[in-house]
Amino acid sequence: MKRWIALLALALPLSVWAVSGEEVMKKSQAAFLYPGKDFKVRVLMKLINRDGQERVREMTMLRKNTGAAGGEQKYFMYFFQPADVKDMTFMTYKYPAKDDDRWMFIPAVNMVKRIAAQDKRSSFVGSDFTYEDVSGRDVEDDNHVIEREEKLGSRDCYVVKSTPKAGDADFGHKLTWVDKATFLPVKEEQFDRKGAPYKQFTADEIADVKGQPTVIKRTMKNLQTGHRTEVGYLKSEYDLGLEDSLFSERFLRQPPRKWVD
Amino acid sequence: MTDYGLRLRHVPSRLGAARRRDCGGTNGAAVLCAALLLTPLAASAELTFSGFVQQNTAFNTAGANPDGRDYKWREERVQLKLDATGGAWRGYFKGDGYYDHLGRSGGGEVREAYVDYAAGAFDLRAGRQIITWGLGDLVFLNDVFPKDYEALFAGRPLEYLKRGVDAVKLGAYPDFASFEFVLIPSFRATRIPDTRRFHLFDPLPAVTNRETVKPGQGEWALRAYRDVAGYDAALYFYRGFQGTPSMRPDSVSAPTRITLFFPELSVYGASLSGRAGEGVLSLEAAYYDSRQDRSGTDFTVPNSQTRLLAAWQIQPWEDFALNLQYYADGIRGYAAYLAALPAGFPVEKRWNHTVGFRATQFFLHQTLRLSVYASYNTSNEDYFVNPELRYSFTDRVWGAVGANAFGGKVSGQFGQLSRDDNLYLQLRYEF
Repeated sequence: MKRWIALLALALPLSVWAVSGEEVMKKSQAAFLYPGKDFKVRVLMKLINRDGQERVREMTMLRKNTGAAGGEQKYFMYFFQPADVKDMTFMTYKYPAKDDDRWMFIPAVNMVKRIAAQDKRSSFVGSDFTYEDVSGRDVEDDNHVIEREEKLGSRDCYVVKSTPKAGDADFGHKLTWVDKATFLPVKEEQFDRKGAPYKQFTADEIADVKGQPTVIKRTMKNLQTGHRTEVGYLKSEYDLGLEDSLFSERFLRQPPRKWVD
Repeated sequence: MTDYGLRLRHVPSRLGAARRRDCGGTNGAAVLCAALLLTPLAASAELTFSGFVQQNTAFNTAGANPDGRDYKWREERVQLKLDATGGAWRGYFKGDGYYDHLGRSGGGEVREAYVDYAAGAFDLRAGRQIITWGLGDLVFLNDVFPKDYEALFAGRPLEYLKRGVDAVKLGAYPDFASFEFVLIPSFRATRIPDTRRFHLFDPLPAVTNRETVKPGQGEWALRAYRDVAGYDAALYFYRGFQGTPSMRPDSVSAPTRITLFFPELSVYGASLSGRAGEGVLSLEAAYYDSRQDRSGTDFTVPNSQTRLLAAWQIQPWEDFALNLQYYADGIRGYAAYLAALPAGFPVEKRWNHTVGFRATQFFLHQTLRLSVYASYNTSNEDYFVNPELRYSFTDRVWGAVGANAFGGKVSGQFGQLSRDDNLYLQLRYEF
């Protein structure tokens, strides 16, 4: 009986925490990927190799939530750079529990193509970010446990350990530092399946955009190859009143300038 | 067989020179038209200017051209693109200047030149434009718009597969479906490979007195599309002409003169594309109504035809995509076709089945791309294989090296090109 009490006592600090790991990650996803009814941003992405050589990807990204946080979303991207993909557009209908629908428009042959999208862990436009890093990984795909709480810089954070339920992810587990005040992820460390450090995400600058705390500079670094990707938000806006019809083949082919400038 | 323009009835000819003169004329008009339309727009609009400089060479690897040269293509090219947007209006111009080392010398070409106007649930595009419909990868069912097969077979960048048409396109987008209506006042043909560069099958090589007659009328086409339970569904209609010419000798027994003409054609089609299993499934069908020979008794005009496509695209691992494709076409009125075909002409099968794939793998943060396209016709053993390696040296400079390999029966669309295998290089600087 004494042993049982001792075990309960050990378990107590965990159970008295107000939130579970899963709740933290849900709130974090809502704060990071779902704020506002819709969102528009001009993104400058720098792919930097170990020797410091840079490649630039520049695009406008539009997002519209069609459901509650954690629910369906529509994404639209228009590319400015590099030159060989200028005017290319890309559209995703994101669904929480199944594969996304993706379409691409190739201006040189004026063709819209539906593309397979089952590998959400694949690289987004060659960067160190995956599709899931851009549009979110299903919270239900991992088991989340609050490992500890600690300060990161001036921010009080939950440190959540997430372990994929299925064995098909490219990482074995990850630790996310979630800011208690904003619920934004301020740092993430991914480990490969052998447990070695794999990738590191950092939110380098957070700004207030229309009352929404927004990560406007971020870096994803591959610790095994030394390659990193820096992303800057040049112009970001929330709640523009993007219409559903914008996320259509019509506008993939002829994107309205006012939405992609 | 899809319309690569190399079938018996689509015998190529000395079309090159005539076509180039024609292009010069319409280019001039298009440039003038674009300039006039763009001038007021440019005054108030946001302008962007871009383009490229390119070198493109294709070496023969299976013997010389019919004209004795060792290259399929050897050319320097400059492209300028001008994009002007102001409110509901947009003007776009894309023009090329080139120097060809294989006898065509220098020239210019308007690739696209149009004005867009968008208002609510309608939009309009007028001018030279590239239109691409349908789901096939280098097989065409409902994409009836002109192509340039010489570009495809001579190792030019893929964008040169499509030719612009001088057209008005009206889009209407009510809630229940989207519609595109295309009116092409003056017919524009598909470009088939030049007989000085490619070994094309010709059943009547001795008859050199040839004349091309272009349709005096235009073409029109309609596409309606919408989402149906998560699938992209579309219906198509086209009324115009075969894109590649047919050949009519003045006499079957002792021909002295051949007329090349474009038979009347209507196309009715449908397509469906969406998620299936782990990938994307594409289905497309088209009925080619050969209006000039519905009975199938005129051997110089292709019979009506059924075309079917099924493709499945998957992404089994990171940065790799695989598209598997099956295509079939069937001759309608096959008995009449057999009965009308003169002795000694190659006989097409009732059904042609073609299987193929495209595999694409990216490396080095998607700056290096290896792709292989292959197509094999199980009915006549025709094949076409195109591997390509493309690398972006910087964000502005890319180069590609690839090969085109053809084979099969001498009268087949690819078999006739078996001596035209080539290895190509493309190098482009974009600004």
